[in-house]
Amino acid sequence: MEHYSMNLNLKVWRQQNAAAKGGFKLYRVENISSEMSFLEMFDVLNEQLVHAGEDPITFDHDCREGICGACSMHINGKPHGPWYANTTCQLHMRAFKDGDTIVVEPWRANAFPVIKDLMVDRSAFDRIIQAGGYVSVNTGNAVDGNAIPIPKNNADEAFAAAMCIGCGACVAACKNSSAMLFVGAKVSHLALLPQGDPERGSRVVNMLAQMDKEGFGACTNTGACEAACPKEISLSNIARLNKEYLAASFVDNK
Amino acid sequence: MLDAKIPSGRLEEKWTDYKGHCKLVNPANKRKLEVIVIGTGLAGASAAASLGELGYKVKAFCFQDSPRRAHSIAAQGGINAAKNYQNDGDSVFRLFYDTIKGGDYRSREANVHRLAEVSANIIDQCVAQGVPFAREYGGLLSNRSFGGTQVQRTFYAAGQTGQQLLIGAYQALERQVALGNVKMYSRHEMLELVKIDGKVRGIIARDLVNGKLERHFGHAVLLCSGGYGNVFYLSTNAMGSNVTAAWKAHKQGAYFANPCFTQIHPTCIPVSGDHQSKLTLMSESLRNDGRIWVPKQKGDTRRPNEIPEDERDYYLERRYPAFGNLVPRDVASRAAKERCDEGYGVGSSKQAVYLDFSAAIIRYGKIEAGKEGRSDLSEAEIIVLGKEVVKEKYGNLFDMYEKITGENPYEVPMRIYPAVHYTMGGLWVDYELQTNIAGLYSLGEANFSDHGANRLGASALMQGLADGYFVIPYTIGNHLADEIYAKAIDTSHPAFAAAEQSVSDRINTLMNIKGKQSVESFHKRLGKIMWEKCGMARNAEGLKQAITEIQSLKKEFWSDVRIPGGINEMNPELDKANRVADFIELGELMCIDALNRNESCGGHFREEFQTEEGEALRDDAGYMYVAAWEMTGDNNWTLHKEELKYDVIKPTQRNYK
Repeated sequence: MEHYSMNLNLKVWRQQNAAAKGGFKLYRVENISSEMSFLEMFDVLNEQLVHAGEDPITFDHDCREGICGACSMHINGKPHGPWYANTTCQLHMRAFKDGDTIVVEPWRANAFPVIKDLMVDRSAFDRIIQAGGYVSVNTGNAVDGNAIPIPKNNADEAFAAAMCIGCGACVAACKNSSAMLFVGAKVSHLALLPQGDPERGSRVVNMLAQMDKEGFGACTNTGACEAACPKEISLSNIARLNKEYLAASFVDNK
Repeated sequence: MLDAKIPSGRLEEKWTDYKGHCKLVNPANKRKLEVIVIGTGLAGASAAASLGELGYKVKAFCFQDSPRRAHSIAAQGGINAAKNYQNDGDSVFRLFYDTIKGGDYRSREANVHRLAEVSANIIDQCVAQGVPFAREYGGLLSNRSFGGTQVQRTFYAAGQTGQQLLIGAYQALERQVALGNVKMYSRHEMLELVKIDGKVRGIIARDLVNGKLERHFGHAVLLCSGGYGNVFYLSTNAMGSNVTAAWKAHKQGAYFANPCFTQIHPTCIPVSGDHQSKLTLMSESLRNDGRIWVPKQKGDTRRPNEIPEDERDYYLERRYPAFGNLVPRDVASRAAKERCDEGYGVGSSKQAVYLDFSAAIIRYGKIEAGKEGRSDLSEAEIIVLGKEVVKEKYGNLFDMYEKITGENPYEVPMRIYPAVHYTMGGLWVDYELQTNIAGLYSLGEANFSDHGANRLGASALMQGLADGYFVIPYTIGNHLADEIYAKAIDTSHPAFAAAEQSVSDRINTLMNIKGKQSVESFHKRLGKIMWEKCGMARNAEGLKQAITEIQSLKKEFWSDVRIPGGINEMNPELDKANRVADFIELGELMCIDALNRNESCGGHFREEFQTEEGEALRDDAGYMYVAAWEMTGDNNWTLHKEELKYDVIKPTQRNYK
């Protein structure tokens, strides 16, 4: 792989706090190595800003290995930027070339209010999980791990849904800011396993009710969420969610 | 000598006996007892959830925007448990023995045995929560091997085991939040411990969104705040991982044990330049199938695929035939460093070795061809089948490697190099996980207790969950049973006011320095000192230099750091400054501890103390103790020792040949 360095123009959303009015600001960074990650490029910019006596850009990030789900930048109109099945922290600068202008915005959704600059509040996701995204089992109640065999296909499918990192890219990509892929992934993960079976009805009903309460929009099955998901969570999880909801609505569930 | 309060009796009966006799708190009283949990990784989330289930009033804190993002999530390879599902000779005793030996005989027998005993319960609990572990076609749980063992006892969920276990614990925690048993404080950082009459009574936390300081009372405080690997600046830890909570406790009198025991993980993606902000691990599970090698010829510039088989040095297989590529981490890391130092390193930096999957791809391809009964396949077709198998096992790791390096590891060998990964040292705790301050506990990586001088792979997840699910719910009762007479103390108490004032003063001091250098630049300089002089190999002279350098770095920091922005707002630079200030002080203590320990053991390798073959040379007569440091003033510490007694295992020189 040939390495190169580049000069870039950045158009970044700045917003002092949730109440303030935000706007784009232009920055220039030079000598950016193609081997850097996108966030390392932001580190360079922030060091520049600190030295210039300006306020550095606030953004969420933590593990920088694509698994914690903290990073959340809308880059050139796409959540997490141009690469397929990727997080912002794993986006590397070889995706760009010398002279590019890159536009960076926060997730935009009513249910994810901006805290500052590119950082948003995603606690709505935690509250959806609180509504039923778990198996009600206290510590110490478990039987032997091999007591209930689970067909490999079911386990694999449950795992594929459970890979969701809760980053919110699905919501950011959706024109309606719907959280159906996030909720569908959790409902599927637990509905596919025998351990999740006893609560499957109340779970799907309560999680969806909470989703609506948080102000997420409706789903129109355009699939923008799936295309933006860094973990390739499949749209079929939304189908399963709808099936689970329909089944639950035929029986008495609150 | 420190007393770890290890129960008497036979090793295998200690924990059962303890559980049978420890004090209990009745349900009505539990509702009146408040517990504060700092950190929501595996240890913190499992403890908060379990204590909430028991009926205690729990407050949990994390600095991330959600408890689900704690760095346990990044653990890849797996979790050990003595289930013996493979019928390959595993047992509680063997897991115990492997862990003690892997830790180079610097951990406590009783703690490690308890860990091995509860390991099986962890798997059961996680399965019950819906953790989707890997399974075989018969529907039963699958296992793989890990370094430092000869059995297959590692449970896993592809390369995302930590994520799946943490989500399990997170969901259990959120359930308790929904039930009102736990109150969750995200984007909060603990900045001081409050003590009244020698007992822990609460904390001062800062709301990172608006900068406000908050007072929280607790009958007990659990520090589950993880390790301190970021003292090296570059490590596999998350950017936010820090020592601050543990360090505040240390400054309030809690002993810090074995700080110099850090684990350098052998298989990480090498540094690519000065811009590097963190390092990425490639799971140890890759050593199951990957073969590590360097060219036999020094400074060989050929591409790896151009180097013929007989010109490759599979140095781990050569030096350690019994364990081969699966030697423990400290051994594998030192061997890589040795080859690179001798000039056999590869890649543009020459600070890397190859991790090669081509043999595994062919081996798996042949097995698949055999399953299909095809003997007519060409080598290319076999390779296609083999790649599919490797993809299923390690696909996400291979993808991650390709995203970072731009190279395809299915075609060319990975380049890897050791990096700081885990810290075995931490707050000193007794058998009950209580520090030397009454009511203050420490769980998971934040404590020092179970891994000795080196941790075996897939044991961190095990320890975090053991502490949180199965140890603390019992041991905390012993303390809280006597607290039922203690009413919750109002946070207007002068001790809370004084603690808050000291935090506020320190933040003001930092903000008013208004110097010229960024927090980041200080952190980088600290990391460089630590990596060069207190890293994979240490010597007395280097450590002495490091101590002087760190002391002057500290002075410079407190006179020339520049923190932009204000106090009463979201200000990540200020958060980072608070953490780096603590890392600088910790760095000095690590060097002092490394200098004190005139032996090599596990992750602590003093160049002066090695065998003729370059292996670690322990001094059991002189250093068979836990070094627990008490802070007695600025740049001043007093050493307390806890003698390590081996009743069951006879320490020998570790041998993986």
